[in-house]
Amino acid sequence: MASQILAAVRALAVLTVLLGLAYPLAITGVAQVAFNGNADGSLVERDGKVVGSDLIGQSYGDDATYFHGRPSAADYDPTASGATNLGPENDELIAAIEERRAAVGDHAPPDALLASGSGLDPHISPTYAELQVARVARERGLDEGVVRDLVEENTQGRTLGFLGEPRVNVLKLNLALDELSD
Amino acid sequence: MSDTTAGLLQTGLLIAALAAAYRPLGTWMAKTYTDEKHWSAERVLYRCIGVDPDADQRWPVYARSLLAFSAVSLLALYVLQRVQQHLPLSLDFPGVVPDQAFNTAASFVTNTNWQSYSGEVTMSHLTQMAGLAVQNFVSAAVGMAVAVALVRGFMRSKTDRIGNFWVDLVRGCVRILLPMSVVAAIVLVALGAIQNLSAGTDATTLTEGFQRITGGPIASQEAIKEIGTNGGGPYNANSAHPFENPNALSNMFEIFLLLVIPVAFTRTFGLMVGDKRQGYAILGAMTALWALMVTIVTWAEVSARGTAYEAAGAAMEGKETRFGEWASALFAVSTTGTSTGSVNSFHDSYTSLGGGALILNMGFGEVAPGGVGAGLYGMLVLAILTVFIAGLMVGRTPEYLGRKIQAREIKLVALNILTMPALVLTGTAVALGLNKAVAGEVPKDSILNPGPHGLSEVLYAFMSAANNNGSAFAGISVNTEFYNIGLGFAMLLGRFIPIILVLALAGSLARQTPVPATAGTLPTHKPLFVGMLVGVVLIVAGLTFFPVLALGPLAEGL
Repeated sequence: MASQILAAVRALAVLTVLLGLAYPLAITGVAQVAFNGNADGSLVERDGKVVGSDLIGQSYGDDATYFHGRPSAADYDPTASGATNLGPENDELIAAIEERRAAVGDHAPPDALLASGSGLDPHISPTYAELQVARVARERGLDEGVVRDLVEENTQGRTLGFLGEPRVNVLKLNLALDELSD
Repeated sequence: MSDTTAGLLQTGLLIAALAAAYRPLGTWMAKTYTDEKHWSAERVLYRCIGVDPDADQRWPVYARSLLAFSAVSLLALYVLQRVQQHLPLSLDFPGVVPDQAFNTAASFVTNTNWQSYSGEVTMSHLTQMAGLAVQNFVSAAVGMAVAVALVRGFMRSKTDRIGNFWVDLVRGCVRILLPMSVVAAIVLVALGAIQNLSAGTDATTLTEGFQRITGGPIASQEAIKEIGTNGGGPYNANSAHPFENPNALSNMFEIFLLLVIPVAFTRTFGLMVGDKRQGYAILGAMTALWALMVTIVTWAEVSARGTAYEAAGAAMEGKETRFGEWASALFAVSTTGTSTGSVNSFHDSYTSLGGGALILNMGFGEVAPGGVGAGLYGMLVLAILTVFIAGLMVGRTPEYLGRKIQAREIKLVALNILTMPALVLTGTAVALGLNKAVAGEVPKDSILNPGPHGLSEVLYAFMSAANNNGSAFAGISVNTEFYNIGLGFAMLLGRFIPIILVLALAGSLARQTPVPATAGTLPTHKPLFVGMLVGVVLIVAGLTFFPVLALGPLAEGL
């Protein structure tokens, strides 16, 4: 057994060098050279300052001039990703749904009422975006049609026509709004 | 395009991709484990390890090598977590506390990847790369080695040798897992996953808030995490996190990755035993179970029953907008059916019946199609049980692939099948039965959702641990001494007891002289056998778990 343990220690050591250091570092090198933007987190800059990531949603509090994302268990803090994990019969979830419906409106779609899995969901459904068009246009003194066009520009259909769901990237949409207002 | 059409098309694309990979990957893996020659790079590794790669081992020696390697891995990963604060790339995280470090070490060494920790605030980049991700590779290679050793039991006759553990381990890593991971990691970065060594970037949000955009070597770990059916690592939100799984395409790619080795291994099996049809039969049974569960869970999620979802209009709690119900359900069934346990949506918030079906999917024993290696040896054990039951019906000594299934074989099979349910039901009963505090906490108080759903949370935890799955009904607070240690042992026993029994079975089969097939032999490549095998899986799991499922998800959902 002693010889087996010695072999095990040596095996783990060499495999750690190969799989735990050489592999991830080589991938990091390739990724940094070939796909720098992606590898660093698809960061978005405005006026030279990082304002977020294309892939990570943000909290807009109750600022009515912006489109809002989905409810989030993490309050959009990337160091606390995760879900509420509330079950389908949980009273807390049922109460939260009613509270959110009262805030968002009677026609609120499911994604406006239910929290995402990651707590960082960068997207909302086109229905939820449409629901917010009138409010954002009013708050910004813009024509609804103009805002609706922006939503459309920032709406992605299903990938290849059938993968995933249609969605609107909230941060991109809000950045486009800010640009329009400037 | 309607949701249903799109959903069916994405399932179709997945099946087409798996079918395309089946032949080349299955053949490559068979060649890997039967090749007489060693690569020169491998010879260097064998010299470092200090073993003779041409010395075949008897099953007890093979088992001792495997256990020694796993024990050393367990200890090394424990120590690495405890001292990470003194090492490079520590991100200023403190050392992981003892019970959580034990749980995590057990979790990764057993290919479970249960996370009682939150990756983004607990594990340093070095712990992730050189600790957790290394075990993602080697624990997968260990599972494949055991499956191959069992298959050799069917290939060989009149010998007490079943292969060399070190060769199987090294070849699994070097020829299969590493090349696939390199390609997959680069594809994932191209699709948007991150890969850097940064401690994070501070952003000022549009409303002048602060947001720390995390960094890390994510894509490299995400790749092996799926390919090796591991399922854990970087982030608390797992594959729902946009940095791990940025879009619908990466999502399909990850589902493909976690299924591809278990699926193609059936071809490897067929080629190695010299009859490809035997591999198709095993694959047929796996596919039937998988398709059944995909249908049930997708139906449950899309029909969105339950008070909350009837109020909200869809079962989108814990699901990401970019995936929706269909791609979430497809991921959920594939991850619970392969002992992967990575999640792109949170199972605790699934509908009662959808979540219950996911528990049952693990309760099959992770054979639809199961973890890398573990799925194949799990299904072969069930195939032996099937021929045994069929043999009893007609009063003949059962045979499988020319090997007689006698008292010793069936005892090993029976023990193997009983291990997991014993761990699951005992663990769940103890957790729910204890009214006293253990190390300051009553185990029941860890439950988040009250009522029958709370039972489901505890049941899911032990089911996931004993089956080495790693996903969770994650509302339950498992970072307590009771769960860290209890689930840690469930993972270790759920992994290594079956492995020892399977290796003993391999040794027993390899010693036999094959018996020729006669008119009375049950053909094990025909639809009749596939149907019987599926029936045995359903009946064994159904009889074992129906009572507890009735008290949990069924009570809640019906």
